[in-house]
Amino acid sequence: MSRTTSATVPSGPSRSTAPAIEARKLTKTYGEVKALDGVSFTAQAGTIFALLGPNGAGKSTTFKILTTLTRPDSGTATVAGLDVVRQADQVRTTIGCVAQKPQFDPDATGRENLHLQGRLYGVSRAETRARAQELLDRFGLTKAADRVARTYSGGMQRKLDVALGLMHRPRVLFLDEPTTGLDPEARAEMWKEITHLVADEGLTILLTTHYLDEADQLASQVAIVDRGRVVAQGSPEALKSQLRGDAIHIELTHPPLNGEIHGALDRLGTVREVTVDATTVRARVDDGARAVPAVLAALESVGVGVASVTVSRPSLDDVYLRYAGRAFAQADTEVTA
Amino acid sequence: MSAVLVQAGNLTLRELRALARQPFYVAVSLVQPLIWLLLFGQLFTSVAELPGFGGASYITFLTPGVVAMTALFTSGWSGMGFIDDMDRGVMNRLLVSPARRGAIVVGKLAHLAVTLTIQALIVIGVGLVAGARYPGGAPGVLVTVLVTVLLAVGFGSFSNAVALMVRSRESLIGIAQFLTLPLSFLSTAIMAEEAAPGWIRTVARFNPVNWAVSASRDALSADPDWAAVLTNCGLLLVLAVLLAFLATRAFRAYQRSV
Repeated sequence: MSRTTSATVPSGPSRSTAPAIEARKLTKTYGEVKALDGVSFTAQAGTIFALLGPNGAGKSTTFKILTTLTRPDSGTATVAGLDVVRQADQVRTTIGCVAQKPQFDPDATGRENLHLQGRLYGVSRAETRARAQELLDRFGLTKAADRVARTYSGGMQRKLDVALGLMHRPRVLFLDEPTTGLDPEARAEMWKEITHLVADEGLTILLTTHYLDEADQLASQVAIVDRGRVVAQGSPEALKSQLRGDAIHIELTHPPLNGEIHGALDRLGTVREVTVDATTVRARVDDGARAVPAVLAALESVGVGVASVTVSRPSLDDVYLRYAGRAFAQADTEVTA
Repeated sequence: MSAVLVQAGNLTLRELRALARQPFYVAVSLVQPLIWLLLFGQLFTSVAELPGFGGASYITFLTPGVVAMTALFTSGWSGMGFIDDMDRGVMNRLLVSPARRGAIVVGKLAHLAVTLTIQALIVIGVGLVAGARYPGGAPGVLVTVLVTVLLAVGFGSFSNAVALMVRSRESLIGIAQFLTLPLSFLSTAIMAEEAAPGWIRTVARFNPVNWAVSASRDALSADPDWAAVLTNCGLLLVLAVLLAFLATRAFRAYQRSV
């Protein structure tokens, strides 16, 4: 059992652990609005890294700085070891970018779009032609290749945008909200493509998203962004396990009296973070399945009727609630309202 | 250096393809100048009897003026291409690519140059049908096309720079229209220098529209003053290069506010 200790395995970092992206204390202010307030994170090469946060949290601003579109007011960032401000030209040839809004030229055909992109990045004419065909095949756009892109469906347009970002075989791919606005089917397909890209092209991918399930499904590392800061970073699993234990969600038949619930549950000693909102009770316990009978008994002893009980593993939603101090959906509507 | 040329060439190709798909674009901005050519050509027929018109018919005098006005009308709108690109996300894609700012500007100006070449030839043709005569022949037409393109490149660069700074269609149209008419009328486009008041003559001397009109009218005449033509072409060239450079600088303003 103890044969695989550090004595037999070289303990230094392996080749793939050099950071592909490193952001240090990035700040950016637009007029009066502080978009970034010291964003720092590190993404390892060959992985999918997600910047997760509600609209307006600072994800897109971070994206624009890392892709050299705009400069930070202060702080530094490197992509593949290159400084995004001082070595912007080298960064540009190293990365591929797929922005949130469409980027293709609707008046040109899919193939013409790809050819222009390749030639702008200094890819030879022959290689441009071959690579464009390869990507058209890969994204199922071959039949539509010589049609003007404005006639494409939403899903096809998104694929063309991703293909544009891949024309010059970048080492790091930036995807800003890759599935926003896609229907569920196109979204699932995009997820599959993104996962394959890391395997097939050896890419490092940084994606921004305001979908918790997207970050959970795709990313090996997540940085949660809120109000221009990274409030937590880690693998989705690690972030969730930091919350220690399961979430219990109880629906009561009637609104309880003040303090009634807290009194009953605190006495058990195993139930933490109890919140009561009308007939909804949320709490956290170490082992959900084992705690439920005792919780129900305690509620019954004070005469509170229970309509339903749900026990769940913590979600990224819970993680967000913990670090940002408010529910994710709430933060999302706050900004868009 | 060669990378910039490849970029400029391919961005030009993109623009020319778009133009070939939307040839109607060439006609749209031509409507107004053609109406003026025919309307003013009729209205002011007797004006040509005044001194300073050199004894030629008014339509002969007017046609080079309308060609230059066409250059202004069309190139004032040139910045719309950039605003379309901003709205479509194409601009940001180009700006995070290794494409040089100059190459991006060249693509738009190439579109403009081809459009204006076609438009200038159409106006010259319509003028001919309406009774204008060009004793200067082919060299005269060539000079007219050249100065028209240079004027358009200059004013189009200005329009592109404004587009990058104001980023809104309404403001761009406002600024372009604010300049188009004064630039047209403070020149000899429709009125001979000798027939205009002194202060307009002074202003016209510094007006690029006047440089273009003078060069073209001179070259189309029976006995061109080639030295004057060359001077005016030189002035237009310097202005075009200067404003094109300014347009590449305007990307900074755009990127600061992105």
